[in-house]
Amino acid sequence: MKFLDEYRDSEKAKKLIEAIHRRVSKNWNIMEICGGQTHSILKYGIDELLPKEINLIHGPGCPVCVTPIEKIDKAIEIASNQNVIFCSYGDMLRVPGSHTDLLKIKAQGFDVRIVYSPVDAVNIAKKNPEKEIVFFAVGFETTAPPNALAIFMAHQQGLINFTELVSHVCVPPAIKAILDSINNRVQGLLAAGHVCTVMGFKEYEDIAKRYKIPVVVTGFEPLDILQGIYMCILQLENDINIVENQYSRAVKREGNVKAREIMNEVFEICDRKWRGIGEIKDSGFKIKVKYEEYDAEIKFGLEDYSIEESKECKSGLILQGLIKPVDCSVFGNKCTPEHPLGATMVSSEGACSAYYLYKEKKLQ
Amino acid sequence: MEEVKNIIDKLSCPLLVNDYETITMSHGGGGKIMGNLIDKMILQFLSNDFINEKHDGAVFLTDGHRLAFTTDSYVINPIFFPGGDIGELAVYGTVNDLSMCGAKPLYLSLGLILEEGFVIKDLEKIIISVKNACERTGVKIITGDTKVVEKGKGDKIFINTAGIGIVKDDINISPSRVEEGDVVLLSGDIGRHGIAIMTTRENLDFESKIKSDCAPLNDIVQKLLESGIDIHCLRDLTRGGLGSALNEIASKAKVEIEINEIHINVIEEVKGICEILGFDPLNVANEGRFIAFVKKKDAAKALKILKEEEDGKYASIIGVVKKKSLKIENGKKENGIVILKSILGTNRILDMLSGEQLPRIC
Repeated sequence: MKFLDEYRDSEKAKKLIEAIHRRVSKNWNIMEICGGQTHSILKYGIDELLPKEINLIHGPGCPVCVTPIEKIDKAIEIASNQNVIFCSYGDMLRVPGSHTDLLKIKAQGFDVRIVYSPVDAVNIAKKNPEKEIVFFAVGFETTAPPNALAIFMAHQQGLINFTELVSHVCVPPAIKAILDSINNRVQGLLAAGHVCTVMGFKEYEDIAKRYKIPVVVTGFEPLDILQGIYMCILQLENDINIVENQYSRAVKREGNVKAREIMNEVFEICDRKWRGIGEIKDSGFKIKVKYEEYDAEIKFGLEDYSIEESKECKSGLILQGLIKPVDCSVFGNKCTPEHPLGATMVSSEGACSAYYLYKEKKLQ
Repeated sequence: MEEVKNIIDKLSCPLLVNDYETITMSHGGGGKIMGNLIDKMILQFLSNDFINEKHDGAVFLTDGHRLAFTTDSYVINPIFFPGGDIGELAVYGTVNDLSMCGAKPLYLSLGLILEEGFVIKDLEKIIISVKNACERTGVKIITGDTKVVEKGKGDKIFINTAGIGIVKDDINISPSRVEEGDVVLLSGDIGRHGIAIMTTRENLDFESKIKSDCAPLNDIVQKLLESGIDIHCLRDLTRGGLGSALNEIASKAKVEIEINEIHINVIEEVKGICEILGFDPLNVANEGRFIAFVKKKDAAKALKILKEEEDGKYASIIGVVKKKSLKIENGKKENGIVILKSILGTNRILDMLSGEQLPRIC
């Protein structure tokens, strides 16, 4: 299972870093979209190895971070029900809602379970016909196909005790919102490799053309990121604005057609609120009417409402790349991973959390 | 009772009182939240020179003999796992805690809490495993207790063991002896136990051949001690993994420890599964690995001894103690820090986990 060490080779990394240094002649702002990339950059200290001309802006691609607080509250409301087995990916459990989080609900004796796939939740539903099984379907285009598949399977098997609480988001509309902003500083994009395994990169070709911005589909290992930055810099320095694919070992231009078929069968595009950013048009998936019996919000009769978040938290500005985590006055003091005030501190892939984890003490 | 409540209410303990009205799994995860529970509640009421050392066990003097005393509870699920079971774990865990004090383990107690409905045949397997582990490590169970709780009030079997060992007069192993220039050795590759447990839990369909590293450490520690090496500190890696062990010592000894990632060995399969789940091997549990702090002049000799062990192939020197660190952070003194030199040569903080590691979305 050799697939990691090759992409963490320090000699090859050094050569790429030297090449980047040789090519850079002016200041460039490059946004890595995915939280996984942000995490790698800080974990391996890639930002410290780059020439000072390159400023990395950390994008909004952390699904845990951008899930609206109202959705977390709804999850908690559903999970606080004796008849419910609430299933979720692990990292959603610690995300604070308005008053509590799912880990504490679990501690009170409610049945909250970590699953590794939504299909596990479908199997739990089969084994527990007397219980309501709810899966917390969050994430980007990467997790949408398996979450759609779970509903499709439940439908085919005639399960009436399985629903999903859906909070899916799509990357391109958020990128467009950032690029459209009058404050936009982003000049180059590292697109999220895993999202593109499903979606391909045709839709990024439109972005590159319309905004005259280079886009490099990039992986997550140190060498991937360095190569992505290098490819992006070559385009920027030569005034080229096209989509290139650094992550070709996993991504094809057309993406995964089969995965999208199942996704489109069950989900449709909707407007979606992003925690820290606000509502973005056409930026999410919701369950189609045909499958609405699998929609937990309908089944549990949960109404929409809006919650005001901490005014001290600057995660909106951070998610748009306008400031760095350390520029926020509450970073590292009032706001820590143990006491997060907002989106970007809650998940290990959030920019604030990654800065706190890997850099905080050095910055004192 | 009212009085106790008043005292608790008055304690300035924001984390516990405000954030956690009940215990969560994070309070037992070996990270910061557990550390806070121990510091801000348990040590608040039960402070004394021995417990405040926060070592794996306490060393005390009685009638001219130096004895080490420790206790540990075992609540693992599944109770039988690749490479071991709860019975041998309960013996080795306590033997290892005594060994980390530089003690020769002698006697253990065995407390069993059994759940109504637990299969007798499984209990027998576990007791035989306890017997074998005792024979292997040369300890005796000399007292015990058995309780049964109603179905649903326990999880098959919980075990508590306490242990006593004897410490030679010239041995002084403690975090407070860690000093600038000390070399940090790691006794083998990391993360096997945690991943073996994860992959055998019923809801994870991985096919994996990883076996737990569950093993006794008393022999190897005795060899190190008999070689004449002046060991400053030992710590076995358990919950929270290497990251927690290093941070606990850095914090107690008030030092900066610099670790080189390239010298920390993780087998391919563990690395791969960690990557899939979003875990850092540095925070994954171990049950048969330890770190040792020795003077630079003794490091090569200590490494040679570690490597001669059956499972010592991956033993390595992973870092050094850089300095006494007493930074000021937010008006508070920073008590210790672990710096990890990454494979790319950059430095980053290796912090203690907050609670438990949770598998990530994608």
